[in-house]
Amino acid sequence: MKSRAIKVDYLARVEGEGGLLIRMKGHQVSEVKVKIFEPPRFFEAFLRGRKFTEAPDITARICGICPVAYQMSSCHAMEDALGVKIPAPIRALRRLLYCGEWIESHALHVYLLHAPDFLGYEDAIRMATDHPTEVRRGLRLKKAGNAIVNLLGGREIHPINVRVGGFYKIPPKSEFLALAEELKWARDAALETVRWVATIPIPEFERDYEFVSLRHPDEYPFNEGRIVSNKGLDIAICDYEQHFAEEHVAHSNALHSTLKERGAYFVGPLARYSLNFDRLTPTAQEAARSAGLGSVCRNPFQGIIVRSVESLYACEEALRLIEQFEMPDKPYVEAEARLSTGFGCTEAPRGALYHRYRLDERGLIVDAKIVPPTSQNLKTIEADLLQLVPANMGMQKDRLQWRCEAAVRNYDPCISCATHFLKLHIEQE
Amino acid sequence: MTTDRPSIVVIGVGNDYRSDDGVGIVIARRLRAQLPAEINIIEASGEGVSLLDAWQGATSVILLDAACFGRRAGTVYRFDASTEPIPSAFLNYSTHGFSLAEAVELSRVLHELPPHLIVYGIEGGTFEAGVELSPAVEGAVASVIAQVIRDVYSASLSESIP
Repeated sequence: MKSRAIKVDYLARVEGEGGLLIRMKGHQVSEVKVKIFEPPRFFEAFLRGRKFTEAPDITARICGICPVAYQMSSCHAMEDALGVKIPAPIRALRRLLYCGEWIESHALHVYLLHAPDFLGYEDAIRMATDHPTEVRRGLRLKKAGNAIVNLLGGREIHPINVRVGGFYKIPPKSEFLALAEELKWARDAALETVRWVATIPIPEFERDYEFVSLRHPDEYPFNEGRIVSNKGLDIAICDYEQHFAEEHVAHSNALHSTLKERGAYFVGPLARYSLNFDRLTPTAQEAARSAGLGSVCRNPFQGIIVRSVESLYACEEALRLIEQFEMPDKPYVEAEARLSTGFGCTEAPRGALYHRYRLDERGLIVDAKIVPPTSQNLKTIEADLLQLVPANMGMQKDRLQWRCEAAVRNYDPCISCATHFLKLHIEQE
Repeated sequence: MTTDRPSIVVIGVGNDYRSDDGVGIVIARRLRAQLPAEINIIEASGEGVSLLDAWQGATSVILLDAACFGRRAGTVYRFDASTEPIPSAFLNYSTHGFSLAEAVELSRVLHELPPHLIVYGIEGGTFEAGVELSPAVEGAVASVIAQVIRDVYSASLSESIP
């Protein structure tokens, strides 16, 4: 029987170093591996012995595109451990900061990383020759997100203004109001983005995923809520490890996460959207429907539309938060060290990001566990490819390879995030 | 930024907590003491969209960044990006970090490149955590500063900035 293989040594337009290997025998796929060879980064190990106050700044360094997510999950975990209650105005500002990160991350992915896949360009630079208006719009949209992170976070990459209990310093209301004009432009541009991506030819593909995301009683989720799924999961964040496990696989320096009872699952925009459609603003819901989406979306290639809808939501939410800005009495709430364990889970642009810390009586970290979205999706990415390849066996090899790479980029995988926690295994023959 | 006359922007790019990665920032800071106040000197992280913003509207731009081409530490590269593309070795591996080279090339495609754009790359020796430049890179700084000052004055003359 004829054997062939698709081998991508270095995946382009993803963060970090990973490759892809698919082996086929006849019309059967015998092997799919998303190979993660970015070296392990040992963040969990070197957090040990550090003070609880250091976790937001240390973990922010895991990722250049979603540092806010790491800061938020670590802060919430520490506050959970230390019994800190966050006042409403600080909570609102955290949501605002997260809006900034979603806008910049989604704009980057939609316009510069993923659209070229569907429009047939090798990269955004080549795409810009034929689609300058769209690329300019994407860049300006990203800039609007950067501006929020810059103002409230102190700088656009690895913000420095977040601390356990709140912020080091909160800028005056006038500086937030100054962002509103550009955010109104961004809101319109985000709506335009939804309309634009709805016109892009997107492959048909569906699977019956178990979607997992936070769900909050009133809000589209950023920082708080219960962890829920469409297959009956509904747990408090502190019960995460009772239901989810991580395992080492030989071809990956990133651990693979599974639901203990049911295996692979899906985190990220598609999951959030499908579990929280009713929490979107009416404008975002309407835009999604006009773009042809239902209230549940099972085609991961449509992630580009869902990200655009989430960007629109984030622009609207940011404008609302700025309009209702209230200066907190103090920029942060003090936290007292104590022997404790704390859990945090927030919605990074790529999906649920779980942190757990055990602290000693001096507030030093005894152990840490960090589960980023990409490692939670790795099994699902491989399962997508197992279904996608046989269904497209008639394609030319280079077209099939292109399709497979796009399927990986559906998840906007952040390999740098996913490789920071490996326990080192040395395999000997 | 004034709009009624051409402007010159010098942008130092890098992370000054990662040893030689901060060489662009170090040079930018030292240039502040040596260049007239009307020359806009910016320190940047290298995030692409912010870079596009930093040079928007400028007529002459000088970018300074650490490079990793596998040559001897302290080797200085100079490209006239307004006439030639940035060598692909300068391109980032991943575009999640949409960076300097991508920003320049995207700007070129969108016809938004400044009329004059010079890129300096200084080969780094170490990118470990730390706030000091390695001796080889420190040794290259003075010559880059001298050359940038020459670039700035020739740009000033050609654009008749006092």
